[in-house]
Amino acid sequence: MKAKTADKIATSIIMAVAALIVLVLAGLLGYILFRGVGHISFHFLTSAPESIRKGGGIGPQLFNSIFLLVLTMIITIPIGLGAGIYMSEYAPMNRITNFIRLIVEVLSSVPSIIVGLFGLLVLVNLFGFGFSLFSGALALTVFNLPLMVRITEQGLKGVPREQKEASLALGLSKWKTITSVMLPIALPVVLTGTILAAGRVFGEAAALLFTAGMSSPRLDFTNWNPLSPFSPLNPFRPAETLAVHIWKINSEGLAPDAGQIAAGASAVLVITVLVFNFGARWLGRYMHRKFTAIK
Amino acid sequence: MQGIGLSAKDLSVSYGDRPAVKKVSLDFAPKQVTALIGPSGCGKSTFLRSLNRMNDLIPNCTVTGEIWIRDQNINSPATDVVSLRQKIGMVWQRPNPFHKSIYENIAFGPRYHGVKKKKELDEIVEESLTKAALWEETKDRLHNSALALSGGQQQRLCIARSIAVKPDIILMDEPASALDPVSTAKIEELISELKREYCIIIVTHNMHQAARVSEKTAFFLMGEVMEYDSTNNIFTNPQRAETSDYITGRFG
Amino acid sequence: MSQSLDRQKAKPHLAEEWVGKIYTFLCILFLITTIFSIVYFVASKGLSTFIVNHVNVIDLLTGLKWLPDGEPALFGALPFIFGSFSTSILAACLAAPLGFCAAVFMVEISPKFGRKYLQPVIELLAGIPSVVYGFVGLSVIVPFFRDVFPGQGIGIAAGALVLSIMILPTITTIATDALAALPKGLKEGSYALGSTRWQTIYRIVLPTTLPALMTGIVLGIARAFGEALAVQMVIGNAPHIPRSLFESASTLTSAITLSMGNTAMGSLANNALWSLALILMLMTFVFVFIVRFLEGRSKL
Repeated sequence: MKAKTADKIATSIIMAVAALIVLVLAGLLGYILFRGVGHISFHFLTSAPESIRKGGGIGPQLFNSIFLLVLTMIITIPIGLGAGIYMSEYAPMNRITNFIRLIVEVLSSVPSIIVGLFGLLVLVNLFGFGFSLFSGALALTVFNLPLMVRITEQGLKGVPREQKEASLALGLSKWKTITSVMLPIALPVVLTGTILAAGRVFGEAAALLFTAGMSSPRLDFTNWNPLSPFSPLNPFRPAETLAVHIWKINSEGLAPDAGQIAAGASAVLVITVLVFNFGARWLGRYMHRKFTAIK
Repeated sequence: MQGIGLSAKDLSVSYGDRPAVKKVSLDFAPKQVTALIGPSGCGKSTFLRSLNRMNDLIPNCTVTGEIWIRDQNINSPATDVVSLRQKIGMVWQRPNPFHKSIYENIAFGPRYHGVKKKKELDEIVEESLTKAALWEETKDRLHNSALALSGGQQQRLCIARSIAVKPDIILMDEPASALDPVSTAKIEELISELKREYCIIIVTHNMHQAARVSEKTAFFLMGEVMEYDSTNNIFTNPQRAETSDYITGRFG
Repeated sequence: MSQSLDRQKAKPHLAEEWVGKIYTFLCILFLITTIFSIVYFVASKGLSTFIVNHVNVIDLLTGLKWLPDGEPALFGALPFIFGSFSTSILAACLAAPLGFCAAVFMVEISPKFGRKYLQPVIELLAGIPSVVYGFVGLSVIVPFFRDVFPGQGIGIAAGALVLSIMILPTITTIATDALAALPKGLKEGSYALGSTRWQTIYRIVLPTTLPALMTGIVLGIARAFGEALAVQMVIGNAPHIPRSLFESASTLTSAITLSMGNTAMGSLANNALWSLALILMLMTFVFVFIVRFLEGRSKL
């Protein structure tokens, strides 16, 4: 009965590992939330950080993160959708297409720090955008595009062939067929993927160190003129995001409550990612139900 | 003679190196139903899909030969396939309504082809659904999802959708094979109605169906047309041994 | 209706088709241009250390001392290369068995529980930002190591542990897909012969899915290799090869992250950092090609 004993031992080990993984996540989330949530307050979320004194907040960083996310998605979505549509519907089956596929794969595995360095060289210096939200958004676009392309392609490949043919047979152009018949069907997949990608953008820091910068000007939240250098809406100002802020205070924070601030900011970041994750999951299910519903 | 028919001359289709249809020449008369019968894999569906250039979508698929509608060979690279497909409707084996409302399923095509006024669209929707014998069942729930309809209703909706863009020819690829007997009977009835206006070409596995609905029948075997004659002759007095073997159920 | 079909009406749809074609093509062109310019700019900067500043390539790759301000300045990148490889390979060694077990659990043992709980857990682990991993590493793992092992707690061990959690989702997802794609008959044949589940797994499942599992591991290593901030926060950043796993060390990414902002563009010290970035990028390409090779194998 040796084989049976080995089987039992192996099964228990595997189950223990599965439990361990769940525990690791639970511990991770529990630790961050336990340490961080107590520090989150309205004051913490809205006030400016302090460099040496206690009691600094993360207001500008939070605003920067959200603004940068919006800017990035505005640039990423149209390009990513277009490129994904090309790969799924227009690309001929030949060597060039295979090569493009390889390129997309390579781009998706380029480390984000390299994307950041490229941004520093080309966007910040060569194009002269400086350390700015705009440079950051473009760098994040580069970082996010391969994912967006893959999501779109996946969504479109999942559309039943009969749907596409039905539209073409009515005498609709291919472009109209893609935009009015295929994309709506692919929408649940595309939207879910996009939200997850947005979560990734929100937490990204390495690509931003040298593009959006590690500092924020003293923002004047009453100034909504996008051309003013102190306006929060100016896309050409430097902007330290939440994730970059966490990194910075951990490596060079001088405020006496740096630890708490990092914990609070991490908690905010993790809660946002959780919201994105569950939101995507819920929306995907909801749309799936709505589109395939019998009633 | 009124209406528009279609004729194929030496039409060959192959997937890669594998020929699926070999030099088929057939004439289809307007306002008539022509049935294409034959065992699975004989090339009848492939042939049908070539008539509205649907095979263009399949990589590696090459179609050679000529397809004439009036004075134009539509199987040439210069043909505007988009305008062509508006003139040739198609119905699939399994109902494939768009994931939209019943109304939108019908209005979608005409709107794209330039009908913008709500009133005109309403009329087209009513007319098409009426022709497809679906108006009475759906007029109170036009804005519900088409996917909530039964299989047979969905298939009639697909027929209504294709006639909404005012085609001359309708291609049907085993339109009733996924349906129950009652729905099948309704579809067959509908086909008999529609032939007053359209040239209908129908692929079917069901020989009784071919006998019931069609005026002419072409028997396909191994990518070739064995016999093409009036349905009556094919079923009562086939000229070739293969045809009679198939019809009497010796193979296929 | 006597004209041919071509001339019936003005054809806005033809313009529409072109708009679609050109728009999507421009999008993909943007992507291609981007990757080529990344390669071009990083390579031209990284190579200028050797071409403009005449630093010897072999010296850079094998030198043990990194003293950009020294007299003479020394650029030995081996400690960084060593740090990158040791952390990422160690991380993969930790994560691979865990990932395999998790995949077996989800596919073979309890698909229902696996899909409902383990799968979302894995996805969440993938979604947590790297700075958060770094922060938790710094405030939990490092103090723990400091108490238990000799040294400061920072170092390769802490980096590898943080990385192993970060790459666990990559390895698990690919392993799960590979196991789920296995033909049913293969396993049933083994069970029919009276084998236990574990015998079936290590005699049949493991050998058949090995190339795919390797793909996951290489992808995990690639991700760990390129990860910057989480590692930088826990590794200590001393530019030499450590004598133990619990001693301060550096990786390519941590060196770049720390010093890039403090050196002037175009200076020798700055160019040397770009050479590190070039090494990092080339390694990424190597990983992609290994993955491609393995994927080709697993299709057979």
